[in-house]
Amino acid sequence: MVTAVSFTLNGTAVAAVAEPAETLLSVLRHRLGDTSPKAGCLQGTCGACTVLLDGEPVLSCLLLADAAEGRRVETVRGLADGPTLHPLQEAFMDRFAAQCGFCTPGMIMAAKALLDRNPNPTREEVIEAISGNVCRCTGYLPIIEAILEAARRLAARR
Amino acid sequence: MPLSVRTTETLAEAAALLATERAARFLAGGTLLMRAVNEGDVSFSLLVRTRDPNFVRMRTAGGRIELGAGVTMARILAARELAFLHAPARAIGGPAVRSMATVGGNLFAEHPYGDFAAALLALDARVQLATGFGPREIPLEEFLRGRDRHPRALVSAVVFERPSDPAAFRFHKMTRTRPKGAAVLSIAAHLPLSGGRITGARVAYGAMGKTPIRARAVERALEGRPLSPEGIAPAVAVAAEGTDPPTDSLASAWYRRRVIGVVLRRLLLGEG
Repeated sequence: MVTAVSFTLNGTAVAAVAEPAETLLSVLRHRLGDTSPKAGCLQGTCGACTVLLDGEPVLSCLLLADAAEGRRVETVRGLADGPTLHPLQEAFMDRFAAQCGFCTPGMIMAAKALLDRNPNPTREEVIEAISGNVCRCTGYLPIIEAILEAARRLAARR
Repeated sequence: MPLSVRTTETLAEAAALLATERAARFLAGGTLLMRAVNEGDVSFSLLVRTRDPNFVRMRTAGGRIELGAGVTMARILAARELAFLHAPARAIGGPAVRSMATVGGNLFAEHPYGDFAAALLALDARVQLATGFGPREIPLEEFLRGRDRHPRALVSAVVFERPSDPAAFRFHKMTRTRPKGAAVLSIAAHLPLSGGRITGARVAYGAMGKTPIRARAVERALEGRPLSPEGIAPAVAVAAEGTDPPTDSLASAWYRRRVIGVVLRRLLLGEG
């Protein structure tokens, strides 16, 4: 038996059918074609599947899809405005904060959750914000620098 | 076997389902159970959830605090009046885990997890259970001792007294990685002072046994003593008494027993 689930994905109303115990990650990737959240450990340990649900970071691999019913889901795919990248994406490029790139979507969404709530974070707050996201190649320093840089660029725009 | 999901309106209905359906598991935040789902665990075929508003209710006004079992760590961190619980709530996972992980779920977290449960033990919390035969309430310590023997009850809330002095409640989690990592061990302590001496000490450990445990020998040794290096020395000397820490990839049982006294001493003397 399948169930229907509908929510707002990056500002657009979407609907999909899902198995009863299907995760939000699976619905995003396999039913809606948004492959930007990654299926990493599927254990809540790596953070690669992090998306925002009503602005809060959640692990989409551990969340049943219907938990998103009627709510607002944001993935990294929705960040760029056409060809114009989000300041976080720009800063990740400029600061070489991505190498293989697999952790990047989760890192950026965890960082966005922080900057949306706290536009001027300290280094410690950045480290705390991405503490649930594992990177195995770039190293955390360029990622932390990129998030701090994005915060400065966002502040300069205001 | 495909998994099915049932969502009940009330805790009582969920408890009745759990009591009658052997292949049912209760799903709250999902940070423990959904891991098993993703691993293809076939020991259950039904996930039970509830929409009961009592499950996610927080009552924090006054001296008696009630946290619905479905209250998340993120909600505790957003509650200024629960500042004394922020250290143990922040000890659970990263921000995304904390948006999901619940108070009730932490009581079932297996070693080395369950740091929040250790904090609740030091607060002498009681567990409210919804069962197929109606609600009941038991001390958290008793609940944890029998946790794996009576899995058919549903935790609906935890209740405890607010510490009269927030500074009397302390928590420390020792990890190998910072800021986030599973516990080498964690310690929670409630140390009310009366005339400069500890009265009614409660100390609890995480990752020092199969479940979080009370450190009874430490509590006895602290009673009536001042929080000074000399005053706490007898408590530190018996820090490992009554513990049965597992050996895992983070630390050996030997190491945990060796280091618990050091961490306890620092916590008691406020040395971080």
